[in-house]
This record gives sequence, C-alpha cells and structure tokens, in this order.
Amino acid sequence: MTLLLQYTLIFASVLLLVALGGCFAERSGVINIGLEGIMVIGALGGALVLKFLPVSVGPFVMVLTTTLVSALFGLLFSLLLAVAAINFKADQTITGTAMNMLATAGATVAVKAMNTAASGGNDVSSDIAYPYAKDLLVVRTGSGFEFNWFMLIAVICLVVAYIALYKTRFGLRLRACGEHPQAADSVGINVYKMRYAGVLISGILGGLGGIVYITAGVSVWKFENGVAGFGFLALAVMIFGAWHPLKIGLASLLFGFLRALGNVYSGFPLLAALEIPSFVYNMMPYIISLVVLAFTSKKSRAPKAEGIPYDKGSR
Amino acid sequence: MKQEKIPLIRRDGFQTMLASLACILGGLLVGYIALLIIEPSGASKAIVDIMRSFLRYPGKLKAKYFGQTLVRTAPLLMCALSVLFAYKVGMFNIGAAGQYCAGTCAALYAALAWNWPWYLCILAAIVAGALLGAVAGVLKTACNVNVVISGIMLNWITLYVTNMILTGVKSPNSPYTKSLQGTNPKALMPDLGLASLFGNEKSVSIAIPLAILLAVLVWVVLNKTKFGYELRATGNNYNAAKYCGMRENRNIILTMVIAGALAGMGAALLYLTGIEDWETTISSVPAMGFNGIAVAFLGGLHPIGSILSAFFIQYITAGGGNVDLQVYCSQISSLISSLIIYLCAFVAFFKLFLQNRIRLSDEKKAKQEAKGGQAQ
Repeated sequence: MTLLLQYTLIFASVLLLVALGGCFAERSGVINIGLEGIMVIGALGGALVLKFLPVSVGPFVMVLTTTLVSALFGLLFSLLLAVAAINFKADQTITGTAMNMLATAGATVAVKAMNTAASGGNDVSSDIAYPYAKDLLVVRTGSGFEFNWFMLIAVICLVVAYIALYKTRFGLRLRACGEHPQAADSVGINVYKMRYAGVLISGILGGLGGIVYITAGVSVWKFENGVAGFGFLALAVMIFGAWHPLKIGLASLLFGFLRALGNVYSGFPLLAALEIPSFVYNMMPYIISLVVLAFTSKKSRAPKAEGIPYDKGSR
Repeated sequence: MKQEKIPLIRRDGFQTMLASLACILGGLLVGYIALLIIEPSGASKAIVDIMRSFLRYPGKLKAKYFGQTLVRTAPLLMCALSVLFAYKVGMFNIGAAGQYCAGTCAALYAALAWNWPWYLCILAAIVAGALLGAVAGVLKTACNVNVVISGIMLNWITLYVTNMILTGVKSPNSPYTKSLQGTNPKALMPDLGLASLFGNEKSVSIAIPLAILLAVLVWVVLNKTKFGYELRATGNNYNAAKYCGMRENRNIILTMVIAGALAGMGAALLYLTGIEDWETTISSVPAMGFNGIAVAFLGGLHPIGSILSAFFIQYITAGGGNVDLQVYCSQISSLISSLIIYLCAFVAFFKLFLQNRIRLSDEKKAKQEAKGGQAQ
C-alpha cells in the first residue's frame, strides 16, 4: 500500500510538472508537442549532475543543483521551439515532433560518446548510473514510505503556477495572447515576448519533470529509451485538466495512480486475482482522456489561438 | 497555345527542392560538428562513411545492402504517403505511427495465428490501419476532437493493444514474435525474381514496386480526380467546400481512412518480408510513423518527392552503422535525420524569403525600366 502511494505521488509529480509546462505554452498560444523531448534533455542534465557531483555535498546542494541544471537544460532545448514557432512562424506540430526525435537521438549520442571516451571503447552503452546520489533525493520514513524532495517541488510549482496565471498581470497577459493575440497586441502587449515566456517556462517545467521521472524508481537510466511516452501522457493530463493548474493537479493524481497501479498491482491479492495485465492500466489514461475529449471538444476550453503563428500583419 | 516559360528559380517545385537540399546540408553539417566534438581525428572519415552508406561495400555485398535499404524504404514511403495525404486535406496525421502499429498487429497475427497467405495479411493490415484512421476521422467530425491529440492518444492505446495481442504469437524464449520463415512461409511476400537483382537478398520482395506504385496512385488521386479535388478543397477551406455542396464530413473521414490504410499497409510491407520481427515488450511507439512525417515534409509534400526522400533517410540511417563503433555510435544518423526534419519546419519561411527576394528584384527592375523610359 505504501508502495502504491509512493509511486502514485512520484508519477503524479512528474505529470504535474510537465503538464503545467504544457499549460503555460498553450495558454500563450504555442502547442508544445515536444514536451517528451524536453523531458529527455532535462533528464540528461540532471543525470549528469547526479553522476558527477560528489555525494559529500549533502542533500540540499544536490537537490538544488539537480533541479537547476535540469531546468536549464529544458529551457535551452525549448528555445528550439520558441525560435521556430515564434520568430519563423513554423508549423508547431512538425517542430515538436522533430524535437522529440532530436532529443532522444542527441542524448543517446552524447551519453554514448561520454561512456565510450571514458572507458576507452569498452562501454558503448547509453546508460548513466547514479546509485548513491539518488539516495540524497529521498527521505525514508518509518513506514517504508520514501518521501522524495521533488514531490515538494512539484507542489510548490503548482501553487506558483496558479498564482502566476490567475493572480498576476503577467498571467492575464499570457492568457490573452493565447486567446486573441491581435486584441492583446492592440492594447500594447508584446505577443512575441509573452509567447517566448510561455514556451521557456514549459521548457523549465518539462526539464524538471524529466529528472523526476528517471529518478522515480531506478538508479540507472538508458537514454536510448527516451522517457517512454510520459511527455505525451502529460499532454493528456493537461487536456483532462482543461488547461487549468488546479484541475491539472487532480488529473495528474488520477493518471499517476493508474500508472502506479500498472507497476505494483501484482502486490494486491484482489487485483492480482483479476488478472488484468499491466498494459490495461497503462493505456487507461489515454482512453479516459480520449473519451473526455469526445464529450467536451464541442465546447472546448483550449486556448482559441493555440497553434496559430502570430502575424502582426494579419487580421 | 504556347505556355510561357517560367525561369527555374520561380517554379514552386524547384524552390521546394532547393529548400529540401538546404535542410539536408544543414543536417549533415550539424552531424559533422557533433562528430568533430566527439573525436576530431576520425570525424571526416566517419561522415564520408555515413554518406557512402552501402556504396562502400564491394560488388555482391553492395547489391545486398542496397536491397535491404530498399526493403526498409517501402514502409517508410507508405507512412510518408499517409502523412502527406492527410496533410493535403488539412490534417496532421501524427497518428500514422499508431496506424502503422495496428497494421503490424493485424498482419503478424493473421500470418502467425491463422496462417493466412501474404495477400490476406496485407488486407488485414490495411483494414486495421483504416479502422484506426476512421476512429480519428469520426472523432474529428462528430465531436470536433483535434486530429493531432486523438492521434497521440490512439498511438499509445494501439501500442499497448498490439503488444498484448502479439504476445500470443511470440516465440517461447525471446520477446520477439515467431519468425514467418519457420511458422508460415506462405505469409512472406513473393519476390518475382527481384531478389536475384540484389545479390539474392531474401527480404527483397514485391513490396518495393508496390509502394512506388501506390505513391503514383496517391499523386493521381489527389491531382487528377474529382474526388482528390474535393478533398483538397475541403482542406483549403472547410466552409467553402461545405457551401459548394461537397460532403465535407464524409471527405474528412474518408481521408483519415485512406491515410490509415496507407500507414497500415506500410507495416505489412515491412513485416511480411521477414526482415525483422516485432518485439512484444517494446515501450515506445515505432519510429517509422514519425519518420514518415519527416519524409513527407522533406519530399516537399509531393508523392514522387517522398520516394526520393524516403530512400535518402533510409540510406543515411543504414550509413550510421558504418562509423567506427569504438569511437562513435550509429545513432549519429538518427541525429542527422531528426535535424533534417527540424530544419524542414523552416521550409515555408525559406520559400517566402526567396519569393520576397524575387519580388523585390522585380520591383527594382521595373523601377529602373520606368526611369529608363524617361527622357534624360
């Protein structure tokens, strides 16, 4: 039971962070299909810190550095989307798809080159291992529950995201750019700047989500595998959460729970007796969001101008 | 009537080709820089080896590897056709990956569990892909669900279903499905003597000419038929098409059905050659569908251009295996092809830039002529 709770919370943290990222980008009017790729690059940055920063620095420095570096990696990678989609008015779906492919290929090449060089050609794997550093990220409680510092960070991000989007001038302007950029421009808001902000914030949160995901259960990550569709799952969370931070929080708990069930269901006599294979739990989130979409898309709450490049000259 | 000759640089097709070549050059350049960063001394040799792909092998081996590259080109081309067909009707078929997955599932299950012959297996794959396309189409027309979003969801659902179904026909001591060769050789596509052209490479089959034939067919349907005209009109302006009495919703569903069928068939064209088996524990949607997006855009969204770009992408991918694996890794070619598709996103901008330049120079010329006309 504690294991189920722990997995639910950590998967929910991942989904929450990445879905909030998607929310910021889409609220500003840019569809970010490349979240999966941003997660991979963020995970790469964080994994490098976990591998090379000595364990002796203590938990606080470790968590802080890992968080900052993954966020920075995610931010830099999301620039690829920002430049293409905002400055060059490129098709956002192609750009995002390309970024997903680019991230996995790039991370694999980088890690393999690093491993190959370090071992003189003996180790050509795309793995990064961080067995000791990972222990610094968690606090074990008496009942066997492992509290992960990233869970706290995810909750803080949720609160900050809600306040930023709904209680500040910045949030109002950002949302205006996603709904009606021409109107926003007419009252003096710089649409390009706002969209840059949206995409870069999604890069920060996506990168952060990446490192949380790869440290969730294991202490070695094979970068060839990317992040196994969690970026896309986060998109589902964002849609299920109707592009609203608090609803996204609830949605990520639900989807995180389903994902966790797929991992640990065999530990429950009742569920094990049902003999539902793990893939059913794994695909449940996608089916639920598809059904929800089918019922809600007629009156969609998606930002009106998402996916449409902003052109000052168009009417 | 004599048509006025348009200079090459002003032709849309030529501009697209120029843009695609620029993308390829850009991708190769960044790939080369990556190689330089990893290890400068062998980088030049490595990039040349990648670009020479199978051409660096002697005689018979060259023919054999050429054949294998073509075998992998056929399914990629089909996925690209699927993407470009839907794109011409205004939809981004990111679901091609899932439709391809469904095709794999149907073709391999029909072949391994029911011992169907190859042509029925292809049919099963087509139906499976088409059904999945239809789901996306109906969701779009009946419930207004964005095709990209429903496509992504369907991709993952299909992946998990495929893994479950194909686990039923996997070989007992590996995660891969049973080999067609050993279980049901009838399901392997015939080669009609083609294999002898490629150093008796066993996987060469009629899949290759079939895929090329379909590319031509897609071009004919889109450009030379009333049906294709209606589809393109629906894509260009949904409301105008509706106003003209075209059945816009039927057209959208039909488009997705055809796109799905093309991608599903692509899977059959790969797996029914026996070149590889499906891994039933795979945790991500097969890249073939996403690469199809790359190929379609690199080929300038033209069926014939897609033949060339599909071959090029597979050529480079095969070339990735040529690098010295003690120093570099074969994924460098995935890096190059993903960079190429990223750059493809800029094609529209590049063409606009080119057209603006041409217009500016025209205006300048016109101005000068006007000046020249005045008495001095």
